[in-house]
Formats: sequence, structure tokens, C-alpha cells
Amino acid sequence: MLSPAEIEKRLLRLLPRVEKPARYVGGELNQVVKPWARIPLRVALAFPDIYEIGMPNLGLAALYELVNQQPEMLAERVYVPWPDMQALMRADELPLFSLETRHALRDFDLVGISLPYESIYTNVLSLLALGGIPLLANARTDEDPLVLAGGHATFNPEPMADFIDAFVIGDGEEALLDVAHCLLEAKRNGAGRAQRLRALAAIDGVYVPALYDVSYHADGRVAAVDPREDGVPQQIHKRVVAVLPPPLTRPLVPNLDTVHNRVAVEIMRGCTRGCRFCHAGMVTRPVRERSVEAIVEAIDAALEATGFGEVGLLSLSSSDYSQALELVRTVAARFGSRRINISLPSLRIESFSVELMQALAGNSRRGGFTLAPEAASERMRAIINKPVATSQLLETAREIFSRGWHTIKLYFMIGHPEETLADVEAIAALCQAVLAEGRRVLGSRAKVHAGISTFVPKPHTPFQWVPCDSLEQITAKQLLLRQRLRERAIKLSWSDPHETMLEAWLARGDRRLGAVVLAAWQAGASFDAWREHFRFDLWQQAFAAAGLAPEFYTHRPRPLEERLPWEHIDAGVSQRFLREDRAWSAAQRLRDDCRERCSACGILPTFKALRAAHPGPGWKCPEVGGGAAATAAAAGAAAAGEPA
Amino acid sequence: MSDPGGTPAQAPVSRYRVRFAKDGPLRWVGHLDLQRVWLHTLRRAEVPLAYSAGFHPHPRLLFAASLPLGFIGRAELLELGLTERLEAGALHQRLRHCAAPGLGIEDVASVEAETPALGRGLSGFDYLVTLDPSSATTLPARIAALLATTTLPRERRRRAYDLRPLIQRLELTAEGGLSMRLSGGVGPTGRPDEVLRALGYEPADATIERRGLCFDAAAATPPSGVAAAAAPVSTPSAAPGPSPSTS
Ligand code: SF4
Repeated sequence: MLSPAEIEKRLLRLLPRVEKPARYVGGELNQVVKPWARIPLRVALAFPDIYEIGMPNLGLAALYELVNQQPEMLAERVYVPWPDMQALMRADELPLFSLETRHALRDFDLVGISLPYESIYTNVLSLLALGGIPLLANARTDEDPLVLAGGHATFNPEPMADFIDAFVIGDGEEALLDVAHCLLEAKRNGAGRAQRLRALAAIDGVYVPALYDVSYHADGRVAAVDPREDGVPQQIHKRVVAVLPPPLTRPLVPNLDTVHNRVAVEIMRGCTRGCRFCHAGMVTRPVRERSVEAIVEAIDAALEATGFGEVGLLSLSSSDYSQALELVRTVAARFGSRRINISLPSLRIESFSVELMQALAGNSRRGGFTLAPEAASERMRAIINKPVATSQLLETAREIFSRGWHTIKLYFMIGHPEETLADVEAIAALCQAVLAEGRRVLGSRAKVHAGISTFVPKPHTPFQWVPCDSLEQITAKQLLLRQRLRERAIKLSWSDPHETMLEAWLARGDRRLGAVVLAAWQAGASFDAWREHFRFDLWQQAFAAAGLAPEFYTHRPRPLEERLPWEHIDAGVSQRFLREDRAWSAAQRLRDDCRERCSACGILPTFKALRAAHPGPGWKCPEVGGGAAATAAAAGAAAAGEPA
Repeated sequence: MSDPGGTPAQAPVSRYRVRFAKDGPLRWVGHLDLQRVWLHTLRRAEVPLAYSAGFHPHPRLLFAASLPLGFIGRAELLELGLTERLEAGALHQRLRHCAAPGLGIEDVASVEAETPALGRGLSGFDYLVTLDPSSATTLPARIAALLATTTLPRERRRRAYDLRPLIQRLELTAEGGLSMRLSGGVGPTGRPDEVLRALGYEPADATIERRGLCFDAAAATPPSGVAAAAAPVSTPSAAPGPSPSTS
């Protein structure tokens, strides 16, 4: 393996020959460089896409700060080189290296990979191959780093199980440090790979796929996922942090234009709404908030440390943050006069949101106002549990236009369960109705931007059993919208149905998909999230080569009794709750927001002890005074059809 | 003044010229990215920048000349318009303290109100090119051959131009580097990478440093402090180049 000095020398020769060389040099403000030789445990944090996408990733940035705060550990960054650089690196035998100290990826003890979504799976293989690490976990030796993955996509870890040594399921902040400490001890004791894996499997929320056998029925359905040895848990319960750790205060400042150049603060984690299509809403339960003071202090410190001109207050549903108005007023008063642009995405469709935006933006009307109705007919809204009356949406739109915004962006999803063409037509009609509201206020200046994505039934949601639309169905629905929305004032954008298929296979797949991912990558698939690189044909060939039918994963309703490939992963929300919610959806029955009424989804009993150990106002599930008794009562009531 | 949503312009009450170096990780960023790096630096330093009017107000940063990606800059020039009057030395300290890694703040001088805009009278650039030592033997002959030509027709962005008259000076330094002064600014710009190609070298194999900006004597002299930009600049220890001088 090359030394950092040799890597630097080869790199310098390549930099003038590639597009955007700053992707590969690091050295940004607030980068942390610790003395390699004196630090016993070295962690590489990798994002499986290019620098511009990976750099602003908030989760990875928080872990970078956290690991580097540990005296015995260091964290350095790795991103996937763009194809031009990859080709030169292969030709020059330059291994993938960390930006901080130019160590090859395989020189680290632990490689932590972020897996927020499925279309970056092939890039994980590129990372490993370029970094000199065997692709298959079972081919790695004591000399190789331990490859860890975390992020929302890992709630179904199976399609990547062949390549990843261990997965962190759920919140990563504490779990990553637990893993790192475990490896540090193993390193000191000279424990080999097998021993390390066993030790990791004992950590809460850590899944070591090599310690489980998957068996299948003759027709291809999963029969069981069984631990191979004693002491390995049947089920892996996701990790949650009882209290969100203090937000990041010294973010790196990229020298390149990245997808977000801003101070980002997660104001709360989780969501109380219970939209049935929403994977994030289910897997990030329970809701935990940061205090207004903690948020404002963090923004203040981060602005001073970075000089960014933009702040993003992030959450799944910002208007539901319990101190939303106080937060935006404080933030606007404190930072508004400094030409700092503050964004508050994910707002509910109600006039309160307009009030919030007004309080934040002052007189500035940069960009459009974004709303996500997701469905346009009352029937569909009941099915997906996102009840927003059309009259309420139009009233909100009127208010937005009359307060000076010229553009409203509306996000919809097609392909919801039971969706008909009439439901799709309703989307077009709703866009037109919103535009009409705008025209009444602004005349021809009013604009609507409709973003249409396609629903994929995700694991751990009430829709996990339902099939996806076929390519033909999706195409027909998109065509219908294109025909109905021809006005120049309405801009329509939609996602590529082929990319949706890939997302669906990988999200819903079992462990056999590892062979498909590998074959597709070997045939040249990478950067699948980039339209210009995505090759659907390679994936079809890879399925054929593996002897698997893609439709088996996507177009087949799964019976409620079927063992799902991800059932050994426990997201905290019970299967019983998901089944009930699936039945309620079929009956077009709405479920209340958690803050109005707890539905006994399973979170409270799962994390009862954790919560008792960390009492406080941050956690937004109701207090269950009687502990076990009250929870059991709630569960009983819910089972009887009446939530507590 | 403007639409209700737009903000009015803030006229600058003071102007400052900053001479800076672009090196290290910043060698690998282009001009637009460098502007962003500067903006972040100025915000960290809490420099009271004047902004233009309108819906997308932008601060008044004026660069004398953009530096191509991959080049090292030793004496780049930037003019700032501020809404307050600051002591130049204090501003220098603040910038130095807050500068991004790779951004060297060499000098800060305040500019008289009547001084013409930065960039006026810019006539050329001094470069120092470091090549692989193995190329040194053939270099003198190649330079002589190139200087003996009277015309070097080239094309850039589908437009024909003559590189030869843009080469004002081209010589070997004592250390085996290549020192050149190329025209640029008002008229067509000579690029050192094209001179290297004309000499038969691959520019990607060379380290190109821009060591100074030259201004016409006829045009307004750059204000004190910044005059040093075109006068001999302090050079880093390893490669003392030729002294670029004001024409
Ligand atoms: S336990 Fe109750 S309040 Fe908490 S997330 Fe589940 S349903 Fe919502």
C-alpha cells in the first residue's frame, strides 16, 4: 500500500487533469487533522456519492465532530470520485484516500458508510474497490478494516448484507461510538475478525449479517432469518438517542459549491403525523425536540465559525415543532438583520405555516413557497392518512400569493395504493385551482411548480405489503398529467419510472439481491442516482444473471402472514400496529396525530426504560404515568380498535 | 426605489484594496468558488460590506483579474466597498485572522474616493513556471526558437488570435524556472499554459504561479500599498523568481 506522501505525489499529477479537483484535496476551514500515529482508532466516514453531495450531509458531519472529540479516535472523510478521476486513479494505481491525511481507505480500522437511500448502493462497491478493501464481507481478513453502514436505508439491510460487516440500525450518535470503543478494545486484545463481529453483534442496535442464516421457501419467499449461534439476538432493535446531542457548531466550509452551503440544524427528529407512505416518519419515531435556546446558540456559533449566509432549520414537519413560532421569531430577530437567509422546509398546509415563513423571511420572497399535499382527492388522502381539505389548501395558497410569493411548489406522489386515474386527474385539477387563486391575486405573474414523485412501498410502514405500480401504470399516469397540465404557468417535473423501479427492488429486496447489486456494478452500474449514468438495462441483466425476477419484489401483493425480509429488524413500531394501520387505510379510516392521541404504535413499551432514565420535555410521546400498566392498557385498547 | 420586496442599495462609504495569495487547497478552485470563499471569509471577519440593490443583493467585491483553476496566485488584487470606514491595519488583522486555509492576506490599503476602479490600466501579468527538472536542458533552445518567431496563430473559444505579440518577456531563471510576462487586461490575454504548449510542454505537468499584476504607467497608479502588487513581491523561500516590476 502507498504511503500518504506517495499518494499525495500521485494525486498532484492527477489534479490538473480532472474536473473540479477541489473535490479531492480537502483542507477546508474547520477540517480536523489529528496526529495519525498517536491515535489508536482511526475511522473513515464515507458518503457514497461525490463531494458536492456528501459534504453537506448533516448526519455524517455530526458524526465527524463527535468521533474527533474522542481523544483516542480520529475521523477523516472519503467521497466517491467522479468517473473521470476514478479512471485516472485506476490507471495510476492510486487508491482511494482520505481527504485529511491521504491515508488509503484500507489503512483505517473502521469505515463508516452512510446509506440514506438505495440508489447509491453500487457506489459503495466503488468505494470499497477503489479503497483496496475486498467487496465481499466474507472475503475480508484480520488486516482489513471493519465496514459499517448506517442511515435510513439500512432498516432493510439485506440487499447490502453481502458487503457490509455490521449495520447500525437507527440513531447513529451513540451506536457509532459504541462500535468504535468495541473495536478499540478488540484491537488492544488482538481479537481477530470473527471475535470482533461477535462482540459487535452484542451492541444494541448493531446487526451483523454474517451471523444470520436466511432460508427461503421453494417459491422464493423468505422462510426465516435465524441467528447462527447462541447469544446473537433474534431481533435487532433500533437505537434511539433519548436526548438529541448538542447540534454541530463547527461545520466544515467547502471550497466548492455544494448542494447546500449552509448551517443546518436538526430542530427535531421524528414526526407525529403518521402519513402511511412515509418511511422516515415511521423509522424515526419517537419525536424528540431540541430547545429553542440550544438551536439558537448552535446557529450563532456555527455562523461565526463558518461565515455561511444561509441557515436551514430541518425536520420532517417543521410546523409541528412545539415552539415553532417562538423559534422563528427568535431566529429572525437574532440573525435576520445580518443578511442571513433562513429556510424552514417541510411546512404543513395551513395558514400558520405562512405566518411562520413571514416571520422568518421579513420582506424577502426568495424562491417559491413549498407545500406537499402528496395526494389530491379526499379518498386518496384518507388512504395515505394525510388529510388536508382542498378548501384548506386553496385558502393557504391564497394567503401565500397575497403575502407576496409568486410561485407555489406543490409536491405530489403518484402510485399510492389503490390509486385510480381519477385520483391522478385530481392532481392536475388541484394545480390548476391553486394557479387560479394566484391569478386572482397576481394575474399572470402567478406560477405553480408541480413536482411528481412515485410512491415506493417501504419497509416498516403500513404499506410494506402492497405492490408498486408497474412501469406501464406509472408512465400512463405521468402522461395523463403532462396532457392535463400544459399551461406555461405550471411547471411540471417528475421522476424517471425506471429509477423508481430500482429504488423499489433495493428497498424491498432480500439478501439474494446482493448478487444483483454485485453483477450490476461489475457490468458498469454506478452513480445510479445520476440520470446520465443510470443504466436500467444493466440491472435487468443482473437480475437475469442471478436467476431472480424483479417483479417478485415489486409487483406482488405480500400477504400479511408472509415473513418479510426485514422482519428481524425492529424499528420500534410494532407489526401489530402496522397491520392495523394497513386495515384502517383499506377502510379509508384516518388516524389521529400522536399529539392528540397516542395510537400505541409500540414505541413507548420498546423504549420505556430509556425514557425513564432520561426524563424531560424533549420527548413528545405522552407520559405514561403507570408505566407498564398504562402501556398495556393502551395496547389493549388499540387492539380492540380504539386507541387509548 | 425598488419593488417592495427588494432592498435598496447601500452606497459604500469606503473602499479598500486587498493583495492576497491563493495557494494550498485553494489552488484547485476556480474563480466563482474563490468568490464564495472570500464571502465566507468576509462574513466571518464581520466586515461591513456594501450591497447592491434589488431582490438578490450582492456585496461589492471586485477582483482585478480572475485566476484560472490550478494556478497559484501570489499577488492577486481585490477591492471591497464597505459601509463603514475602518483602519486599514485593523481590517488586515481581521481578515488575516479569519481567512480560509490557502488564502493569504498580504496587504490591505484604503483607496481614495477619486481612484478609478480596480482593473483600470491593467496591462499584463508576471508568471513563474516550475517544470520538471529533467526538462531544463532543452529549455534554453526551445525558448530561443519560440522568441525567434514573429507570429503564433492560436485559437481560443473558436476565435483566432496571435499569441506571439502577447509574450512581452520569456526567460529562464537562475533556478531553472521559467519567468514570463504576458499581456492581459484591456486587450487579449496571453495564457502561460498556451506558452508552455508552444514550447512543447504539457501544462498539467507544470506549477504555474502568478506573481504580479502590471499596470500601465499612463493609467492611474494603484494606490499606496497596492503598488507593491506590481512592484517586487515577497516571494516564498523555495523558488525566488525574477522580480516583476511595474511597467
Ligand atoms: S407511542 Fe404513541 S405518541 Fe409515541 S410515536 Fe407511537 S403512537 Fe405516537
